[in-house]
Amino acid sequence: MTNQTSPHKKTNLKNKTVALFATCLVDVMRPNIGFAAAKLLTDAGVHVVVPEGQTCCGQPALNSGALDDARKVARTLIDAFAGYDYVIVPSGSCAGTVVAHYSELFKDDKKWKPAADDLAARTFELTTFLVDIMGADIADVSYDGVATYHDSCSGLRELGIKDQPRKLLGGVRGLELTEMQEADVCCGFGGLFSIKLGEISTAIVDKKTDNIIATSADTLLGGDLGCLMNMSGRLSRRGKNVKVYHIAEVLAGMTNIPPIGGPDGEDKK
Amino acid sequence: MSHKKANLFTYDHPTCHNFSANAHEALLDKNLQTQLSRITREGFQQKRFDAIHRLDEGEFDLLRDRAQEIKTDALANLDVYLERFEQNVTAAGGKVHWAASANDAREIILKICQDANAKTVTKGKSMVSEEIGLNQYLEQNGMRPVETDLGEYILQLRDEPPSHIIAPAFHLAKSEVEDVFRRHHGDLDPARDISQPAQLLNEARQVLRGDFISADVGITGANMLVAETGTALIVTNEGNGDLTQSLPPVHIALSSIEKIVPTLEDASTLLRVLARSATGQDVTVYTTFFTGPARPADLDGPKEFHLVLLDNGRSKTLGSEFSEALRCIRCGACMNHCPVFGSVGGHAYGWVYPGPIGSVLTPLMVGIDEAHTLPDASTLCGRCQAVCPVRIPLPELLRRHRVKSFTAGKAGWLTRVGLRLWSFVASRPKLYHAIASFKVRAWKIISGKRGYISYVPFIGGWTNTRDMPSPQGKTFMDLWKQKNK
Ligand code: SF4
Repeated sequence: MTNQTSPHKKTNLKNKTVALFATCLVDVMRPNIGFAAAKLLTDAGVHVVVPEGQTCCGQPALNSGALDDARKVARTLIDAFAGYDYVIVPSGSCAGTVVAHYSELFKDDKKWKPAADDLAARTFELTTFLVDIMGADIADVSYDGVATYHDSCSGLRELGIKDQPRKLLGGVRGLELTEMQEADVCCGFGGLFSIKLGEISTAIVDKKTDNIIATSADTLLGGDLGCLMNMSGRLSRRGKNVKVYHIAEVLAGMTNIPPIGGPDGEDKK
Repeated sequence: MSHKKANLFTYDHPTCHNFSANAHEALLDKNLQTQLSRITREGFQQKRFDAIHRLDEGEFDLLRDRAQEIKTDALANLDVYLERFEQNVTAAGGKVHWAASANDAREIILKICQDANAKTVTKGKSMVSEEIGLNQYLEQNGMRPVETDLGEYILQLRDEPPSHIIAPAFHLAKSEVEDVFRRHHGDLDPARDISQPAQLLNEARQVLRGDFISADVGITGANMLVAETGTALIVTNEGNGDLTQSLPPVHIALSSIEKIVPTLEDASTLLRVLARSATGQDVTVYTTFFTGPARPADLDGPKEFHLVLLDNGRSKTLGSEFSEALRCIRCGACMNHCPVFGSVGGHAYGWVYPGPIGSVLTPLMVGIDEAHTLPDASTLCGRCQAVCPVRIPLPELLRRHRVKSFTAGKAGWLTRVGLRLWSFVASRPKLYHAIASFKVRAWKIISGKRGYISYVPFIGGWTNTRDMPSPQGKTFMDLWKQKNK
């Protein structure tokens, strides 16, 4: 399986350098998503670097009301990505934190506010960058299956991600996209919410997984690993066999590893 | 006879601090769960969607922009408009009473009722009256308040608070309503058929007819107060508000200061977004404007008109980081679209105003000590803000409450120490990557080849009901370095 993006670009970025912010969750749980994002960007014609100073966007602290902790981590991210033309994130939620919340987070900090605003202006979620900025198309990649797509909340409502992933998936050979009911309703993840108010989180993900199952799709796709882990975890506990992948993995043709929460193929070798 | 569940709140005994336990019970309540999916998903959401799509493309968003502007202007010049409103009410022969606190409002209303030698007091639907615990107070002082809105009437019989700001009894199934009617309407024919909603409504009307006519005072809320004319208005779908307002000799409208709008034109703009956001109607069945008492030439209407204007912390909120919450026109759309409300209903929130807007208002009204649980009762998914007709940034306001309660030490030491440790490490990339690298390898060894773990200590909230996917094996940063050496 190969992937080739034929960029009839909106912005000519050939040979420009973009920095990839893999996100803390992808770093720890699923590096494949990071590599897939890098491949998609490289194929689209830009040079990808991965700054070593990156850790997390600070969202867990931000949403817990721990602003000092959030700022401490956010400053680390601002430093790590200083100077790059674009910062690309394979997550609407983490990109949303930077784009929609950093400015407010540093509103009383004369020293860091300009740098925070500057980073926010250069930061893009992966699929929006590919479609809206690069005008990239997906070609020569295939996925054999019927997939349904979950719109994660922050990406959808903070960054307006809705059509971009669907447009890109339209270029994947063999992939049939079927829409679930209420694709734009929360999956119940909500970060620490999923642990602190686990019962309610479960009730919400039950409705979400009902909607997924009702489509008869064999694959669930989305743009945020946190939500995907939540849905995968519930599907698997309910004994439902739905393969869960991040959209970047499918677009890059990198679904040769087990799906999220799926049994490990590597160990069988 | 009370059939109230033991753990339900009253206005002066909130149960917000018990939110988790309340939610647990709500999730087990089969009747409630059926009603929730029927009313929120199939009912309100669909109806609002259809109503918006009957308008021209983009028209509703323009209306929302305008609605937001109107409310923002009204709040920015609140003192001016309120004064103008009072002048105009007075000129029309009515009287405005300023109530700084819930207690002030109760006393003012009781005094008016006593002056009128009132026994029976009919009531239209009013969330502000719930906020001040009016029924309870009137009863303690020898009056007989009678709710005339069907939903409120049912709840009064059951001795329960509303669970939704526009559909107060939506949590009850038909059969539960039939039940309570049979118990309380003992003198009606036991063999009668009241299995259908229309029959229930009819029976309530029959029973209430006598009270409408004999009432000494009628109390209603007011959805808006129009400064330029001194007019108050209410919207209902049953017409009970009109009878409550126009039949008794004394009419008291109970409202709060943020309900003010400058002009009739503004009121009509807000009505257009209110009905569509609330019930998905183009207009509600009854929209009643009232300005002062009956004039000499009027055929009907009250002899006295009083408008009680409640502050109860609102003017303090006005100058705070939560001021945008005062734009709320109480349409209920935020709760109708909230996945948390849709799972647990309104009573679980533990006070008068439930759902996203409730989680913003309640801590302001009953204090963060009692209600710090509510701002956490959200995934911050943002659907509430997306549907709010006056574009209140509800998730951001919830976040601000979280900051307040974190600063006040409400988060619990584990969370506080955990976040402090985490931010210490996450602001030191080398240390962070070394720890991540180690953690992932260990985790991978523990989880083996299954692809997930079924139990993880400390995060039982997740693993009780969901598997935890296993990590791939190494961190992205390690693998990337290896590959790009
Ligand atoms: S906050 Fe907005 S959506 Fe919620 S009740 Fe108020 S006006 Fe309606």
